[in-house]
Amino acid sequence: MPSSPNHVLEFPGGYTRSVGPVIGRFLSDLRDGRLVGVRTRTGKVLFPPAEYDPDTGDSVTDEFVEVGPVGTVESWSWVAEPLGTHPFDRPFAWALVTPDGADTAILHALDVGEYERGAKPPKRLKVGMRVRARFRADRKGEIGDIEAFQPEVSMITVPSRLEFELRPGKALDRFLEGMAEGRILGHRCPVCEKVIVPMGGLCPKDGVPTIEEVEVADTGTVTTFAVNNLPDPRAPEVPFVSAYVLLDGADIAMLSLVAGIPADQVRMGMRVKAAWKPRDEWGRTIQNIRWFEPSGEPDASFEAIKDYM
Amino acid sequence: MRDVAIVAFAQTKHSAVDEGLHETEMLLPIIQQVKEQTGISRFDFTCSGSCDYLIGAPFSFVSALNAVGAWPPISESHVEMDGAWALYEAWVKMQHGEFDTALVYGFGKPSQGSLREIFNRQYDPYYLAPLGVDQVSLAALQAQAYMHRSGTKEDDLLAVADRARKAGRANPYALDLDDPAADAAYDVAPLKTHDVAAEADGAAVIVLAADVHARDICERPAWITGIDHRADAHSPGVRDLSRSESTRLAGERAGATGIEVAELHVQFSHEEFIVREALNLGDDVKVNPSGGPLAANPVMAAGLIRLGEAAARIHSGEASRTLGHATSGPCLQQNLVCVLSGESHG
Repeated sequence: MPSSPNHVLEFPGGYTRSVGPVIGRFLSDLRDGRLVGVRTRTGKVLFPPAEYDPDTGDSVTDEFVEVGPVGTVESWSWVAEPLGTHPFDRPFAWALVTPDGADTAILHALDVGEYERGAKPPKRLKVGMRVRARFRADRKGEIGDIEAFQPEVSMITVPSRLEFELRPGKALDRFLEGMAEGRILGHRCPVCEKVIVPMGGLCPKDGVPTIEEVEVADTGTVTTFAVNNLPDPRAPEVPFVSAYVLLDGADIAMLSLVAGIPADQVRMGMRVKAAWKPRDEWGRTIQNIRWFEPSGEPDASFEAIKDYM
Repeated sequence: MRDVAIVAFAQTKHSAVDEGLHETEMLLPIIQQVKEQTGISRFDFTCSGSCDYLIGAPFSFVSALNAVGAWPPISESHVEMDGAWALYEAWVKMQHGEFDTALVYGFGKPSQGSLREIFNRQYDPYYLAPLGVDQVSLAALQAQAYMHRSGTKEDDLLAVADRARKAGRANPYALDLDDPAADAAYDVAPLKTHDVAAEADGAAVIVLAADVHARDICERPAWITGIDHRADAHSPGVRDLSRSESTRLAGERAGATGIEVAELHVQFSHEEFIVREALNLGDDVKVNPSGGPLAANPVMAAGLIRLGEAAARIHSGEASRTLGHATSGPCLQQNLVCVLSGESHG
């Protein structure tokens, strides 16, 4: 549209048209929330109705047939940046929809619930998709009485929430006390002498209690990792990397996020250091370490980590 | 059938931006040009094609006659369509035998409004126009239907746009458009920005002459050996959008065989596939060497230009049998096919 028009062509209040008995019947049924087509002399159901059969030019019969409410998408186009004259100011599809029981299609907007302007066509938008009309509450007997077609229900979202007050246990409580002071604590097993971080007060390998407290460094080595493509509120962005980090001085790798490096450059053996939150945000939680970041040291050899995977 | 030929063709250097010219100012130089070229200052018949909605002023086409010189009164007509249909009307009049020469022109200046929204005014006022649906959205529906049936991919469309833009850069009358980018944004998906014809202001003019008059005016006239136009149903929901039955029929009736060069009025990349298929044009046929509307789309003249470009290949001796195609309405609704030959009974 011109940004500042100096000429306008308009029928103030709109152009009045008579609709005749065929289109008038369709629009009246539409106002009642029903979709009707008209039968042609060859037995086809023409929807939306016209006075003549587009194939033969013959007048249609006076038999009106209720169609739908469900229909099938025959073709679509995707408007990522709607024009001012379009029925939505957010992305939507135009679709040709053949309602069940009809032999021809109607053109209308198809709302798939996309709100972000510029969005790409959603994958579920396909030829063959099943849709039905969403009627406006206040109908006037015009094609816009259908606000849009929308997909058939294929999914629901069910509320799901339970609340707890969990206790860490004595050993883990001590670990969290260390975290609150910016220290990473572990236990050394009296049998295998491995350092377990965080500690649970026992050695899962030997099944014996552990009590010897050891402080380990906040630097370590990535032993293995995964690239995650689903968003997580704790992660900086998508994709993000979750990795097993073997802290220097520990013998069990700890699951943590790795950031500060593109996901496709993270590697096994990469040296990392903890990125702590600002001290005034610390609490009794392992989340005082936001994630691990590359330390810039040369990678550790495979030999150094092969027993920890 | 009376032998009628295209004996002269001229077009403006089309522009993607408003160059400050009135429609008559675009037309005058090219009408002058064909008058000089043919040595004719008054034609037996004049017919124009344009769209008053482009500037939102009823009967605006009348003022374009000022560029022709219409006094004393001339025999004149107008179609609210692309100039290709004005040529058809002139050809029919010449078949009656009452006229020996005709001036045909088409012009459009879309830079003054929103073409997508203007074309909404030509749609069915009960079911289509009130939705606010626009020309590009409808074309994208047709693209989707064709791609779904044929398995054609977005890259295949890109190849059409790429060839059109390269050819356009070699055509002094078309726009200078960069090669399309593989990661170009969608306009209305599945069409990307390069798959949509480049709107332009412009005009074109053709002179028709019959029998001996044609031979007097032009060394190698482009004889119209067949011309026909057909329409499909208007509603996109009652026809197979992946095919163009009206193009097929018009091509068959115009005798579209043995074609060397085809100029197709395709305003969207996928339309080239549909029209080629409907006209059964093989890989040996050179399609849109001018770049076609994807390289410059002066609306209401772009179809006439296809006929002019096809004729120019014959005038130059470069080809002996060519085809011009023009289209009108949503999703290739109406199609005109004109077959031209260097031989009057070719």
